[in-house]
This record gives sequence, structure tokens and C-alpha cells, in this order.
Amino acid sequence: MSKKMHTTLKVNGKQEEFLAEPRELLIYTLRERLNITGPHIGCETSHCGACTVTIDGKSVKSCTMFAAQAEGAEITTIEGLGGPDDLHPLQEAFKEHHGLQCGYCTPGMITRATKLLEEIPNPTEEEIRFGMAGNICRCTGYQNIVKSIQAAATEMNAAKEAAE
Amino acid sequence: MIPAAFEYYRPKDMDGVLTLLAEHGDDARVMAGGHSLIPMMKLRMADVPHLIDMQDVGGLSDIEITNDSIRIGAMVTQSDIIAHDGLSEVAPILREAALQIADPQVRYMGTVGGNVANGDPGNDMPGLMQCLDATFTLIGADGERDVPARDFYEAAYMTAREDEEVLTAVTLPLPKGGYAYEKQKRKIGDYATAAAAVQIVKNGDTCVSASIAMTNLSDTPIYSADAGAALVGTSVDDAALKAAVSAMDGDIDPTEDNRGPIAFKKHVAGVILRRAIERAWSRA
Ligand SMILES: Cc1cc2nc3c(=O)[nH]c(=O)nc-3n(C[C@H](O)[C@H](O)[C@H](O)COP(=O)(O)OP(=O)(O)OC[C@H]3O[C@@H](n4cnc5c(N)ncnc54)[C@H](O)[C@@H]3O)c2cc1C
Ligand code: FES
Ligand code: FES
Repeated sequence: MSKKMHTTLKVNGKQEEFLAEPRELLIYTLRERLNITGPHIGCETSHCGACTVTIDGKSVKSCTMFAAQAEGAEITTIEGLGGPDDLHPLQEAFKEHHGLQCGYCTPGMITRATKLLEEIPNPTEEEIRFGMAGNICRCTGYQNIVKSIQAAATEMNAAKEAAE
Repeated sequence: MIPAAFEYYRPKDMDGVLTLLAEHGDDARVMAGGHSLIPMMKLRMADVPHLIDMQDVGGLSDIEITNDSIRIGAMVTQSDIIAHDGLSEVAPILREAALQIADPQVRYMGTVGGNVANGDPGNDMPGLMQCLDATFTLIGADGERDVPARDFYEAAYMTAREDEEVLTAVTLPLPKGGYAYEKQKRKIGDYATAAAAVQIVKNGDTCVSASIAMTNLSDTPIYSADAGAALVGTSVDDAALKAAVSAMDGDIDPTEDNRGPIAFKKHVAGVILRRAIERAWSRA
């Protein structure tokens, strides 16, 4: 066993400090150490995207990063986007448009989609499919995920316009 | 999947990296985006007792474009390449290739330096850089040296880089003419069954120069000088295309794996190269 390291992260706005071995993968830090269980483990091999979180503005598969690498970083998980009483427009849209069935992929999908809509606020279907290609869903056939993201984009753009 | 234990370091500058490499020799490895290395460590196919994370080393993330060349820092990511307007203007093949690597999440993390230094025949940028006649800059205890991409790859995971050296930048002459990066893969996020990088220059109706490199069809990327030469002086008609594909076919040496048997890979390589040449020619 190697020496434990002092690590500081900001997760969903909250400062977290702990001692962990450097080999601890961020997904385990989140789920098992910090009890943030939104990000899921689907494949553990960097393919499915269920573990996606936002780290300093990038969508990252947290099964493929050590917690030590994220030292000093700001992390957002699905829990940081909205809760049952204040759903994020993407959460609302996935609910409305059947963007989920079992829900296993959903936290990763929605977290990735927030970043996609930041980069492309009004994406075409093709841009959505390409931009979401790092997230796999075994249930929906993707059609309703695309619809949900389009609906959320429309909603978010309208809200932005109204605010201006 | 938990990797074996290791010591983690995050030096603030290149001196710090080189000191650690000198101290621990081949027990140490640098890490850029970690998206090739961490999966290998999780599978325990890479044993890395001392892991040197380079994210805090400054000066490795710049893209510099001059009148005749482009210099890309080793820690520039695939998504940086896609987002860089200036780069897409002067060397659109870089963006076209980067968009075909992995998936969005991986592209935020995967770096140019990691992709070309890794030595995995499946990586897309080594062939791309051979096509573009890029040069890799390496730094070690004795200072810097440059190695042409076309001389860098020796075998799978074996390159001209010494264990104690770090790749700092990739420099390429401004590409001229039409371009294409064509890749056949089974799904998004998959390595190539076959991929071709083509850069081609036209004068009137005649091809005056052509550069061709292939990915994942040997234990190294394959720069096929003969395939390029088969196009020069022609109007890139069907006979020239056939000659180029046949020359390329003589240079590659694919092995059978879960992407298919040798005959299939050779077939796909031919189809992909033909498409790449036709598209590059139409853009020349
Ligand atoms: C799901 C998935 C799909 C992928 N698909 C593709 C694909 O289609 N095509 C493709 O090309 N790649 C693909 N990749 C690989 C990805 O692009 C990698 O990120 C990239 O190959 C390596 O870059 P990195 O920065 O992550 O390197 P790391 O993983 O950090 O390092 C890789 C190796 O290079 C060494 N290294 C890194 N930087 C340097 C340096 N500056 N100097 C010296 N040595 C260095 C490391 O020691 C290590 O041995 C995929 C990865 C994943 C997880
Ligand atoms: S669990 Fe991380 S990508 Fe599947
Ligand atoms: S809803 Fe079941 S995996 Fe996507």
C-alpha cells in the first residue's frame, strides 16, 4: 500500500477533504467516500459514460480519473444540477419525454447533456447524437433521449431570452 | 478494477518531471490525460510504481501557428484541437481526425502528446503525424532533440523515446492542398479497423505531391511513400487509385484479431484509402 494523500475537492459547491490512496478512482471517492451515488458504475472500462461528472468545465468519466488528479478541482454531479423540488430543465425534460426507462444511464446522460448544451445551445439531432456518443443506454433506443435534450434546449433558450 | 498501488507526484515544472524520471527510471511513467494509461493500470497491464502527473507543468498546452509551421504542445487535448478556429483553418485534417477519436468525454482528456507517445498501433495521431511529416520534440537530462514522426515508431509500444525522456511538442509544416482522414470503426469509441490520412496537392489536373499514412494495420503506423508516389504525375484516375491502393497493400502487415481476419482488414484498408484519396483530391 502506498502512502495516503491529503486531497481537497469541491463537489457540488461543497468543500470536501479526505485522506486517500492515490490509486483511488474518483467514482469510488464520490460514491463510497462522499456518498454521492448519482454517478453510476456501468462498465468501469471508460466506455459507457454512466460515471460522467463535470470537472472544471469538462465532461469526464470518473472511472478513468484518480481522485488525486482532481485535487483542487470543482466537480458537479447530477445531485448538483437539481433535486426533486427544483429539477434542472434537462431533468424535467427527461421525465416528460420518457428519456429514461431503468434510469441507470440517466445521471451520466444528463450531466453530459448540460455541458453539450453549454457548448451548443441549439443542437441539431445529429449534433446531439454525436455529442452524446460517450454515453450508452441499453433501454431507450436513444430516440427519447434526443427528444428530451431538444425539449430542454428549447426551454432553456426561451428562459434565457425571457431573462434578457 | 483497481490498479496496483503507486506513488503519485504532481511536479510544477519540467525539471521536476525529469528529476523524478532520473530517480526512478523505468519504474516511473508520466501521465498526461491518463485515458490510455489508467485503463492499462486498471487492467494491471501497466505496472507503474511511480506515477508523474504532468497537469501542472506549464507551457505544454499552446498551439502556435506561424507562416510555415504549426507547433502543438504535448498537453493540448483532442477537444482543444477541435475547438481551435485558427488551426482548423490552416490544417483542417487535424480537426477531422480528432473528431474521429474516441468520444466527447475521452477527447476532453486525451492529449496529442499522449496519443503520439503511447505507441499503441490503434492510436490515430501517429499515422496522421506521419502523413503530415511532423517532428516530435523530446526533452531529457541532456536537453532537447527532435525525431521525425516517420522515424519514431519501432514496434507496438516501442518508440524512439527513451524512458527518461518526455515529449514536449509536435511541430509540422503547414499542410498544403486537399486532405482527408478516413476511419473505419465498429462503433464510436472504437479504434480503427483501418484508417487513412491523406494530404494531396494538385496543379491543374495533375497531382504534384501526395502523402499517405495508415493506422492500425501493422504494429506501427505505416507511412507509405510508394502509395503517395503512385499518385504523383497522374490525374488521380481509377488506374492511379488502384496503383496507390496496391502499393499501400504491400506496405501494411495486419494481424487477425477481433476486428477481423487479415484478408478483411486488407480489403477495408483498400476501401478506406480509396475514399480518403478521392475526398482529399476533391478538396485539393
Ligand atoms: C473509450 C476510449 C476510446 C478511445 N478511442 C481512441 C481512438 O479511437 N483513437 C485514438 O487515437 N485513441 C483513442 N483512445 C485513447 C485516447 O485518445 C488517449 O487519451 C490517448 O491515446 C492518450 O492520451 P493521454 O493524454 O490520455 O495519455 P496517457 O494515458 O496519459 O499516456 C499514454 C502513454 O503515453 C505516455 N505519455 C503521455 N504523455 C507523454 C509525454 N508528453 N511524453 C512522453 N510520454 C508521454 C504515458 O507515459 C503513457 O505511457 C481512446 C481511449 C478511450 C478510453
Ligand atoms: S463506468 Fe465509467 S465509463 Fe462506464
Ligand atoms: S434508461 Fe436504462 S440504461 Fe438508459
